[in-house]
Amino acid sequence: MLGYIVRRIAYAIPILVGVNLITFMLFFMVNTPDDMARAQLGAKRVTPEMIEAWKIDKGYDKPLFINKEASGVGRITDTLFVQESLKLFRFDFGLSDANRNIAKDIKERMIPSLSIALPTFLIALITNISLALLLVLFRGSVLDTGMMMIAVMMMSISGLFYIIAGQVLFSKIWHWVPISGYASGWESIKFVILPILIGVLSGIGSGVRWYRSIFLEQMNQDYVRTARAKGLSEIRVMFVHVLKNGMLPILTGVVVVIPTLFMGSLIMESFFGIPGLGSYTIDAINAQDFAIVKAMVFLGSVLYIVGLILTDISYTLFDPRVKLGE
Amino acid sequence: MHLTFLWTDIMVWLLVVSLVFWGWNLSKSHQVQQQWHEIFRSHVAMISVVVLLFYLFFALLDSLHFIRSGSSEMVSLLDWLFTHQTQVSERTYSAPFATVEYTQSLMVKDGISQQVYLPLKHVTGASILLQSLWALLLGGAISGALIVLHRHWRKREAHTSELPWRTAYITLSFLILLFTWLYWLSFDYHVLGTDKVGGDVFYQSLKSIRTGVLIGVLTTLVTLPLAIFLGVSAGFFRGWVDDLIQYIYTTLNSIPSVLLIAAAVLLMQVIMDAHPQWFSTTQERSDIRLLFLVLILGITSWTGLCRLLRAETLKLSQVEFVTAARAFGVSKMGIIRRHIIPNLMHIILISVVLDFSGLVLTEAVLSYVGVGVDPTMYSWGNMINQARLEMARDPMVWWSLFSAFIFMFVLVLSANLLSDRIQVVLDPRNKR
Repeated sequence: MLGYIVRRIAYAIPILVGVNLITFMLFFMVNTPDDMARAQLGAKRVTPEMIEAWKIDKGYDKPLFINKEASGVGRITDTLFVQESLKLFRFDFGLSDANRNIAKDIKERMIPSLSIALPTFLIALITNISLALLLVLFRGSVLDTGMMMIAVMMMSISGLFYIIAGQVLFSKIWHWVPISGYASGWESIKFVILPILIGVLSGIGSGVRWYRSIFLEQMNQDYVRTARAKGLSEIRVMFVHVLKNGMLPILTGVVVVIPTLFMGSLIMESFFGIPGLGSYTIDAINAQDFAIVKAMVFLGSVLYIVGLILTDISYTLFDPRVKLGE
Repeated sequence: MHLTFLWTDIMVWLLVVSLVFWGWNLSKSHQVQQQWHEIFRSHVAMISVVVLLFYLFFALLDSLHFIRSGSSEMVSLLDWLFTHQTQVSERTYSAPFATVEYTQSLMVKDGISQQVYLPLKHVTGASILLQSLWALLLGGAISGALIVLHRHWRKREAHTSELPWRTAYITLSFLILLFTWLYWLSFDYHVLGTDKVGGDVFYQSLKSIRTGVLIGVLTTLVTLPLAIFLGVSAGFFRGWVDDLIQYIYTTLNSIPSVLLIAAAVLLMQVIMDAHPQWFSTTQERSDIRLLFLVLILGITSWTGLCRLLRAETLKLSQVEFVTAARAFGVSKMGIIRRHIIPNLMHIILISVVLDFSGLVLTEAVLSYVGVGVDPTMYSWGNMINQARLEMARDPMVWWSLFSAFIFMFVLVLSANLLSDRIQVVLDPRNKR
């Protein structure tokens, strides 16, 4: 098990290098340090000396991929690409264009992001699975077809609509919760409850459909027939056998999401004024702050890969047939 | 007057022509014909397809640009139909069918200044009832003519008689009646109100159809070749090819897609700002931006389909008929072309229709984030983005948002329903 995890982490390194290469190409080759310097210093009357000075100041004065002046390994390591990648691997994100420490900002903003993303994820998981089980229990009935029709409709509504409609109804007309904002500690509940509700609601359509198809597939398996033949009640068949066996496909889709919960939701946070990582990213995009966007891309990739590893580990916990590292 | 083409126009028309050609080619196969028959036997599928075609019609109408003699402005057929709306612009908000502006303005009359609702410039105040009657007559005539024509054609194709044509006719008539009603009244009113700067919301919603449909359709043009080529190669050749392709898509997948799109679009913006001489008009500029967005969306969204195709190809290359073909000495390309790809068609088709609806929704989100289509371009995302703050006004300005959502909802819902039906019919797992 431990050996397997170590190997998976080793396998993650080339992927992260690939991610770095893509971001590097986006941020440095298309938009070269010279362009950046010009944009930062202002377009008017920029001398080559000023650009050089800016590049040295920011550490962008090295060649992109191959340093012809260095010797030996230094030809490859003493370049902008390797230096920038190494910084990211050490989680040293540097300073944003507004001269704020990005790593510190990220640490501070993770908690508000999680306070919305985690409850949304858990409540949505439980509601979607229970609704799907209910529909499978009454499959073919009016309830099933009716709910499926509603699910398709809910799935076809833009996520923005849920947010705007929720804000208008709950905050503007009924005045139940404040329209946006955030506070620390228990005070935050009144701010996060609406985003959580909306997050759950907007995912029900596609979620229920997905879980239902998984359970329906299980219902046609032989073991279900055996269980029924043994005289087990339909409810027991559903909750003990089908739910347990449906766990594997569910895990594939669900576990990978868990680490990325840290990243928060871009849209939700910016609509509700939550000072989390999602709104951080959106602000950075709007301010064209490439350093932050780069850091978030790297962080997102790391979390996704952690999710993949967790998925594999969770298999061994739920399915004794799966043995890792063989 | 002469025709001109934007880049996206060319691509759309090419796509339509190749789709028609492909469909005509496929329809020669008896099996495929039967499958489509089975799909359209469902009333829901029939309704969805009619609605989708109706949207496509407007997208195409808006993709035929020409320059009128004596002016340098590029207008589409749709713009031309709405000349009466584009020439007069109101000052600010007005509600649907309103005769006066939505907010009071200060007027000085006879030395006394007072708050009054100013009348709208475009609105004639004609009787809505009377005009509706005319519109109904016109719409009835158009849909009647279309139905008669179609019935005439159907007599020659006897085998299509068991399809629910009546449902299709009713849907079509309803859509045509609705449109002619709104269009007819748009000569005298702003049927869906006006936005902040006085633009007609109905016209904007119709213009947005092209953007939405284009993003949904053209992106698949980028996705499909990538996904099919890489997915099939990975599954069929295995070994290092498989490893490499898996590496590529895991890497791409691990980057949060919104961030990748945002980064790419931001960079494109920087480049475009640095080279204003590349584009002679704003229209061309926003067109190139749309094309680039489609490219980026394509690059970020092929991985899902690729993975599915890889897994299915892995399975297929073990099946008896492929082993037999190998034993007979059929070349590798021959096996892929004749045995693998045709058996992947159902996966491709389902994911294309499903992706389409997803992409239409994504456009709105991206425009909200500020990395969607050009802000000067009409799109539902831009409409929602501009109208977002109007909900905070008191009383609310709801019509812009409402129109954008309804137009989007109907399109996405039809695509989802159609993909459901295709899945039921084509997915072999459903045949028990």
